[in-house]
Amino acid sequence: MYKKTLHQLIDLINKKEITGREIHKSVLDRIDLKDKDINAYTTVFREYEEYGKDGILKGIPIAIKDNMHIKGKRTTCSSKILENFVPEFNATVIEELEKESASFMGKTNMDEFAMGSSTETSYFGVTKNPWDTTKIPGGSSGGSAAAVACGEAIAALGSDTGGSIRQPAALCGVVGMKPTYGRVSRYGLVAFASSLDQIGPITKDVEDAAILMNIISKKDEKDSTSVNIKREDFTQYLNQNIKGMKIGVYDKVLKDCSEGVAKSMENSMDILKNLGCKLENVDLPSVQYCVSDYYIIAPAEASSNLSRYDGVKYGFRADGYDDLMDMYIKTRTEGFGDEVKRRIMLGTYVLSSGYYDAYYLKAQKLRSLLKKDFNSAFAKYDCIISPTTPTEAFGIGEKAGNPLQMYLSDIFTIPANLTSIPAISIPNGISNNGLPTGLQIMANAFREDNIFKCASAFEKEFNIIDKLPMN
Amino acid sequence: MITEEKIEQIAKLAMLKVEKNDIEKFQAQFNEILDYMKEMDNLDLSNEDAAFHINELQNIFREDEIKESLSNEEALSNAPDGFDGFFKVPKVI
Repeated sequence: MYKKTLHQLIDLINKKEITGREIHKSVLDRIDLKDKDINAYTTVFREYEEYGKDGILKGIPIAIKDNMHIKGKRTTCSSKILENFVPEFNATVIEELEKESASFMGKTNMDEFAMGSSTETSYFGVTKNPWDTTKIPGGSSGGSAAAVACGEAIAALGSDTGGSIRQPAALCGVVGMKPTYGRVSRYGLVAFASSLDQIGPITKDVEDAAILMNIISKKDEKDSTSVNIKREDFTQYLNQNIKGMKIGVYDKVLKDCSEGVAKSMENSMDILKNLGCKLENVDLPSVQYCVSDYYIIAPAEASSNLSRYDGVKYGFRADGYDDLMDMYIKTRTEGFGDEVKRRIMLGTYVLSSGYYDAYYLKAQKLRSLLKKDFNSAFAKYDCIISPTTPTEAFGIGEKAGNPLQMYLSDIFTIPANLTSIPAISIPNGISNNGLPTGLQIMANAFREDNIFKCASAFEKEFNIIDKLPMN
Repeated sequence: MITEEKIEQIAKLAMLKVEKNDIEKFQAQFNEILDYMKEMDNLDLSNEDAAFHINELQNIFREDEIKESLSNEEALSNAPDGFDGFFKVPKVI
């Protein structure tokens, strides 16, 4: 049962062949069998909880990245500083899932405060890639992606600040979508970089992504950046003929990709051509600077957002301090891991007096330029495609000592966050080394319709759902 | 180039302490990252406006109404130390 997609299970429940409780049991058994190796969860909900039966999700359990609040269950952000934090309220996405009768499977492991591309910075240990347990699953939503890929979850939510949904989805062979900034409420999502963070689904196929997107996309007065836009039924865009669709190929990057990634990409272009799409190479001149741009803006926002962890209001407080200042410093020094410290300090530096114009202001101007590049491209194309990642999943520990190399692994996913546009990663091949690769499809802001049309048509021609590591 | 003193100064501003044997590591990593960022110097950004909000939202106003919110007890439920409905911190003065 754990192998099935969300939409298959919804159908089976509608036919009264199974129940949500039975699905929870099946997934729980799978977790008990696999999670000692994979470590996808920080907390598993062993008791089945029901929030009605009449909604779309019919009591099917969803896994939630451990930076979104479920009332009464701990939210750790995979950090020592929040190890015992139990929220008193639900994130808006959790409220929306409950309204549609979701149940919850547990909280999934992540890079500490979502800062990382490998899930290695978690206080609770690395999550392993179920395709090859010597490899990282990607990150920061590595727990959600690994769980969905190996049947430890039917479907999951992740969050994406610079690729944290799409990159692990690509490296684990599943579907991951970052919606347009403002499409989904961030209320109850622990803030990392508020102008970039967005919640989205990680699922086995495109239809499941559309189902979850239908539920979580909503204007929310508790998040003033959520946008008042008509709710769409994204499932209407599935299984359509995409003949004539205009697709820009960001091909300049292919020379920097691994052989396997480049081969999958070439194959994907052939598939889209055969579907009748018009493919053209597109130049996005400012994209080459996006890693610099991102690693100024995101740490700057993080340094401000994470100033709230001071040992006073919630979370960990260190022992053995002399006075208030000493308590702050000891609490933060003992509570945060190295990568979080590095980003807080980088952010503090780029915002500090004398450096603001040289870094932060320049980065915000570059962000405008990036947006212009994409605006002109989307005047010509319905979608832009690229590989999701430059390589397949890399080895555990391989990049852990070199932050810059780790940051460069986000190079294809970052532009969508900086420009607010939606993007999906869908599986587009399995390399000779046995690891999956991902195709990224981007569209203009609030044009998820084009993404769903393209992704669904592609998936009908090519998918790896029968090859997921489910045994 | 970022110096060891600069690392210590940034850490202090960020309310963190970097252990002596970690300073060199952070210094090297910072210099590598900031060096990479020099690529931005190739760009002419003089005609660009800073994109502080990418979706170009205007001010979002709402009525100032009293609504249901967390009780004092709930708001303090995760505090490491509290007393009589307040957060408790070490002596300040």
